Amino acid sequence: MSAVTVPDVKRPPHFPEEHYLNNSFSLKSWLTTTDHKRIAWLFFVALTFMFFIGGAAATVMRLELLTPAGDLVSDGSYARLFSTHGIIMVWFFLIPSIPNTFGNFLLPMMIGAKDMAFPRINLLSWYVYMLGAGVLIGALFAGSPDAGWTFYTPLSTQYTDPATIIAAVGVFIVGFSTIMTAINFIVTTHRLRAPGMTWFRLPLFVWSMYAVAILMLLATPVLAITLLMVTVQHWLGIAIFNPAMGGDPLLFQHMFWFYSHPAVYIMLIPAMGVVSELITTFSRKQVFGYEIMVFSMLMISLASFFVWGHHMFVAGESVYSALIFSVMTFIVSVPSAIKIFNWTTTMYKGKISFDAPMLYGVSFIGLFLVGGLTGLILAMTGLDMNLHGTYFVIAHFHYIMVGGAVTAYMGALHYWWPKITGRMYPEMWGRAAAIAIFVGFNATFGPQYLLGVAGMPRRYHTYPPVYQVLNEASTAGAVVLAVGYALPFCYLIWSLRYGKIAPPNPWGATGLEWKTASPPPPHNFEEPVMVTDKPYDYIKYDAEHGEWQGRP
Amino acid sequence: MSVWIISLLADGVIVQFLPPAATPMAHLVDQLFFWMVGISGVVAMALTAAIGIVMVRYRRGAKRNRKFHINKKRELWVEFTWSLIVFVAFMAFFYAGANLYVKAFSRPAQALRIDVTGKQWMWKFEHPNGAREIDTLHVPVNRVIELEMSSVDVIHDFDVPAFRVKHDVVPGTHMHLWFEPTRVGSYDLYCNQFCGLGHSKMRGQIVVMKQDEYANWLQHQQVPGSPSEQGAELFRAHGCSGCHIGNATVHAPHLAGIYGKTVHLSDGTTKIVDDAYIRDSILFPKRDVVAGYPPIMPSFRGQLSEGEIQLIISYIKAMPHRYKR
Repeated sequence: MSAVTVPDVKRPPHFPEEHYLNNSFSLKSWLTTTDHKRIAWLFFVALTFMFFIGGAAATVMRLELLTPAGDLVSDGSYARLFSTHGIIMVWFFLIPSIPNTFGNFLLPMMIGAKDMAFPRINLLSWYVYMLGAGVLIGALFAGSPDAGWTFYTPLSTQYTDPATIIAAVGVFIVGFSTIMTAINFIVTTHRLRAPGMTWFRLPLFVWSMYAVAILMLLATPVLAITLLMVTVQHWLGIAIFNPAMGGDPLLFQHMFWFYSHPAVYIMLIPAMGVVSELITTFSRKQVFGYEIMVFSMLMISLASFFVWGHHMFVAGESVYSALIFSVMTFIVSVPSAIKIFNWTTTMYKGKISFDAPMLYGVSFIGLFLVGGLTGLILAMTGLDMNLHGTYFVIAHFHYIMVGGAVTAYMGALHYWWPKITGRMYPEMWGRAAAIAIFVGFNATFGPQYLLGVAGMPRRYHTYPPVYQVLNEASTAGAVVLAVGYALPFCYLIWSLRYGKIAPPNPWGATGLEWKTASPPPPHNFEEPVMVTDKPYDYIKYDAEHGEWQGRP
Repeated sequence: MSVWIISLLADGVIVQFLPPAATPMAHLVDQLFFWMVGISGVVAMALTAAIGIVMVRYRRGAKRNRKFHINKKRELWVEFTWSLIVFVAFMAFFYAGANLYVKAFSRPAQALRIDVTGKQWMWKFEHPNGAREIDTLHVPVNRVIELEMSSVDVIHDFDVPAFRVKHDVVPGTHMHLWFEPTRVGSYDLYCNQFCGLGHSKMRGQIVVMKQDEYANWLQHQQVPGSPSEQGAELFRAHGCSGCHIGNATVHAPHLAGIYGKTVHLSDGTTKIVDDAYIRDSILFPKRDVVAGYPPIMPSFRGQLSEGEIQLIISYIKAMPHRYKR
């Protein structure tokens, strides 16, 4: 990728004179910014805050589950905790996590653009997110949303605290933030690619943002409609999902999962994009089967619309539809399996270094593998009729969403931290946290698979004593996991002031974002960008720069 | 070889935590589950080993032959091969699961029918002779038991881990679940769908007894009259009998012997008369009107409880044929 000044690696690292962080300092300049990099920061701060609220709720739940009796919090508080945890983690952290932070920051830079296609809509997306988050937190203070994150009717509409509906309105609002971001990503990818940046020269992370934007754009409106119907039913007392008046509660589940299954892939596809970048960079080898990786992401995003019924195998859908949804679920799993093989083959005969981002990349593959295999077990109708609604399901989707999506988010955070802040994170602490998260995660959720096998239902505030040992093991693991997540919070803040100054390209990576200063100038590139090569050409990079010797 | 041993060990760990298997279906589910854990264990171990070996062997410092040339055609062939293997394996998994599922959710012909009502936060049971229980259900061993389940408030889920099947209990409709316990004993019953604050206390016991003991137990229960007898009482008390049996003057369908029959509706479609249809006709009589009859029936919404509707349905099922014109 020529025509961009290749940074001089020999010169000691230094901050550029003007970059996007020091061109203005006032609070107003942050709150009215249209710079995609600063908006990424706005999201990053808000998401981190929400992540810790959701995490705190999970911590109290794990402590409560130490003993079979409900002795720490009341049944009402417990229901409120798991509902809060679910709603916040799904809609206010995981779905916006990678797209709205790293996608916002990197998408324009990776395609050689100055900004998003609609910078002001991008800022509006953040304000809408904040409004939704405000309504949700208001609901937490106003009452107790305690029908779970799934809002199943008629429990959510007729039988719980009205604050549940306020929480649903918060989720409804935040959906518009998702839609705005999706439109921005799609238009930016179509219209703002630099000369020479053809579709099949796009980095896989950009492809993942494009695939996920399609999903967000098509699925989120369905959630909005569904929640609107719930709200209208509650406030106007009409029948839609209310069986007492002739409505159909299963209709709600169909509509809810029509959104919420694709939502799993909204969380996962960005993670796949990140991991593809990590694996190729730290193996210094071209991604194996680049086109297949692209098509498998697009296939996942399309096929994921036809699997929602696998959440309802024992909910009352007909045997025939259960079988169709089961077969579709297996079909959508094929591309995911292919991706695991491709990542492994990418590493084969590579030149692998084990910096913290790579540790996250590899632990993603391992955890995603376990989550995927247990997902196959749940996709089998005959086994789901036993495991449905047990801790086996809890463990499975935490392996995908936390082991998968959050691990990739942490990997992305460390990988692009030098680019975003201009400072390196402390490497040894980075590795220690990566290992603590991997160990703590498995220790927390591994026992939950066994709990599910033993038959313990989810959302139980008290439980029969036979499940106590495994619950204790899980809570003990959660302590390690909490330390693992607290560590980066501390050392990354530390590194903002004391971290080593980062060179423009600390990893010797090939993407366009590494060809500009760290932190980047306000308009990303000082000179016009022109792309002439396929992505991830590490053979060429090494030929031009000499053999890569690891991070400086 | 060693991977097989590891998966066997995984299965060995799981066995420690499995609840007892009290039905033939539970054994089938366990068998399939062990197979899947075994296969998953082998795949996970093989891939982890492959990644581990690659990571150590091709670490940056190591001196290795790193020539990796693959042309597009060969790459596609590799991708196609492993996709095909994965696809075939997945279809086999699908088939194995579907096979069990169809078996578990096809309704049995000969069964002891028990009515189940889910309610925040208790399970109510009613035996064919009218004997009632709350949270504990006594059943005879070696009989097929079919549950006719309904809910009066929110969605519940009837889950007995020892039987390895469960099903949601949805308000506004009737759901079915059957099992054939072959082991005498007492098994945990859970509600497995979050149903409000008392969800985790909505637990009970299924007591599987020897057949003669069950018969003996049943005889000693206080019986308020069989469901169809109670239903007949309600049928008269609420005025249903004024129009729906005998030589009533009002133009209304006669219900004797109608259960299980197909009826033609005024919109040209047909419907089989089952529990759900009768329930809907009582609560929402204007919805699916039988062809040839005016939509004149009033709704009984708010006048009959779900339990009472179930009793009326039992009566309609058992309705004596001599009322037939």
